[in-house]
Amino acid sequence: MRQQRRHIWMVLIGLFGVLTHAGLAKSVQGSVQEANEPASTVQAVVEDPELEAQVKELAAKLRCPTCRALSVQDSPSGMAQEMRVLIREQLKSGMTPEEVEAYYVERYGEWILLKPTAQGFNWTVWLLPILMLTGGLFFVFLTARRWVQQGQARAEATEGEESEL
Amino acid sequence: MSWKKILIPAMAIPIVALLAYGLTRDPNIVESPLPGRAAFEFSSQTLDGDDLSLADLNGKVVVLNFWASWCVACIDEHRVFVEAERFYADRDFQMLGVVYQDEEPNARRWMERMGGTWPSLVDPASRIAIDYGVYGVPETYFIGKDGIVAHKQIGPVSAMLMKQLVDSMLAAPLGSEPSTSASIEGSVPVGQSVGHVSSAPEQNRNADTGGS
Repeated sequence: MRQQRRHIWMVLIGLFGVLTHAGLAKSVQGSVQEANEPASTVQAVVEDPELEAQVKELAAKLRCPTCRALSVQDSPSGMAQEMRVLIREQLKSGMTPEEVEAYYVERYGEWILLKPTAQGFNWTVWLLPILMLTGGLFFVFLTARRWVQQGQARAEATEGEESEL
Repeated sequence: MSWKKILIPAMAIPIVALLAYGLTRDPNIVESPLPGRAAFEFSSQTLDGDDLSLADLNGKVVVLNFWASWCVACIDEHRVFVEAERFYADRDFQMLGVVYQDEEPNARRWMERMGGTWPSLVDPASRIAIDYGVYGVPETYFIGKDGIVAHKQIGPVSAMLMKQLVDSMLAAPLGSEPSTSASIEGSVPVGQSVGHVSSAPEQNRNADTGGS
């Protein structure tokens, strides 16, 4: 019993560690990005927070061409900075967010979108996790049911043996 | 038949197939949508301070190379470009560089040291690079006489590729450029932030020049 409790505590401490680390990494990433933002960006946020929210939303959808694993919004690279500035200018010039997105897709292909559009072969990416989760849950359900049935059968057998004795 | 015999292979086979398919592909190869389409128009200043636009080179085979002085992979291919400039000197051929995420004095010194007389444009806000969907350097676009992008090369250009492509593009009549749109080798992306330069990202070379 005591050992079980110790295990639960260890799992909880591990989870706390993972979550703290993830949170810390996120805040450090944010600080690095803010430190790399040019002064003009900070001024733009103050001038037009609505536009800046749109820039952030769009930049978060696009993949940084040089870092690849990061979005344009999260990447501190020079190229990502230039792209954020360009997105801001494009929106300011009257382009809609859809037009801006199309501009990048036209040049980089769909690869530039961090979330692939739900069409054609891309459906695999969207549907496979759902299928896997459903299959996994079904597997767990069936296994658990079998264990319960086996346990019940064993208990009944034990009871029968005891009553015979 | 037990449910296990159906469910486990039904889940495992598609995943294994998908992973196997993934292993056959090089993650560095990203297919560019530009080959087969009109090259985007741009104009900027050369390292020598002259104004130059892509429209000025209409009717020539243009090899548009994105490079930087900090790019190690650019050194080898530069020799290929120097040789090509000499070899195709009396043909409708033009080498054109675009300096990517670099300081102008460094780029100028690099060109002086490495040789080559072709113009290199400054692109401080990376507008030309973004317009051409550049991931890193070196990257090279082969643009036909009719302004259509025939090929994008990610990574260094070899002498053989250069000769094959340029020869076929020079020989091809207008409107029938080769469509070898493969991206071959990985690029070496490193970033530095710089200022701003004018370019015309929304314009298209053909729209400007009335080409095919």
